Amino acid sequence: MWTFFHKLGSPPWLYAIAGVVLRWLLPITLIALVGGMIWGVLFTAPDFRQGNSYRIIYVHVPAAVVALAGYYVMAIAGAVSLIWRIKMADVVMKAAAPVGAALAFIALFTGAVWGKPTWGTWWVWDARITSMLILLFLYLGVIALYEAFDNKEAAGKACAVLSLVGMVNIPIIYKSVDWWYSLHQPASIKFTGESTIDPSMLYPLLLMIAAFYALFTCCLLMNMRAELLQRESRTQWVKKIAAKEGKR
Amino acid sequence: MYFDSFQALLTMNGHGIYVWPAYLVTIVVITALLIAPMRRRSRVLRQLAGELKRAQSASDSGAKGER
Repeated sequence: MWTFFHKLGSPPWLYAIAGVVLRWLLPITLIALVGGMIWGVLFTAPDFRQGNSYRIIYVHVPAAVVALAGYYVMAIAGAVSLIWRIKMADVVMKAAAPVGAALAFIALFTGAVWGKPTWGTWWVWDARITSMLILLFLYLGVIALYEAFDNKEAAGKACAVLSLVGMVNIPIIYKSVDWWYSLHQPASIKFTGESTIDPSMLYPLLLMIAAFYALFTCCLLMNMRAELLQRESRTQWVKKIAAKEGKR
Repeated sequence: MYFDSFQALLTMNGHGIYVWPAYLVTIVVITALLIAPMRRRSRVLRQLAGELKRAQSASDSGAKGER
């Protein structure tokens, strides 16, 4: 167990193991994404109240769910790098930010496009939507803050603090549809009690949520690999990889 | 398949203009997310390989046996 944690701190080991995981996970992710989208768009019946516009759910909900989950990854990695000074945690934090930002953007964009036929407006300053916009700004803030520092160690610390402070936004997003009267509908999938969504719509949605989690993992690992190569470019193991793969 | 014709799939009873852009933007963003780290990784490796090559040829043309 401890050797595992010890190895996690080793850049060449992390680089190699991430490569092995990606070789399997990346094709599976792409198949799941394409399959889930085709299933959701072509092979499900329309919602009896919203008609065909509800098909946006298959990209909107997974993107929103994983954008939130990604924030945990970023903030926890930030905490680990602050407390235990583990450099690899800093790599994880930096790798998670752009992926989370992109997913939050997808959730907001598809939400706006879905809002037009459903609510009659692209945008409302509703609690759920506003807190989601703040999530996007938190991700962008972490990215910008990292670039603003020349000293990358100080940058890592500042970003870790920002992402931890931003954690207060997470429960607000979760509870916003219950706390405030809102246009946004409450969650249809519940861990406790009956889900208020038909199984024929639920299964492709669950597939898409799983696919987006896998997508996040793939992007995180790929960003980490690129980051590791750049940070460790003076070391022997990176030079070995560059000599082998850099010629192409 | 739920839709009877390609036309019906495209228009989706008037909702096609919302559904298709939502999917299109999602696909574009996902593609960019996947391609960006691949390009960054190969750029770093190419750059390093170039540096290694220059260092190699410099040491080869210089004093022999000095490495």
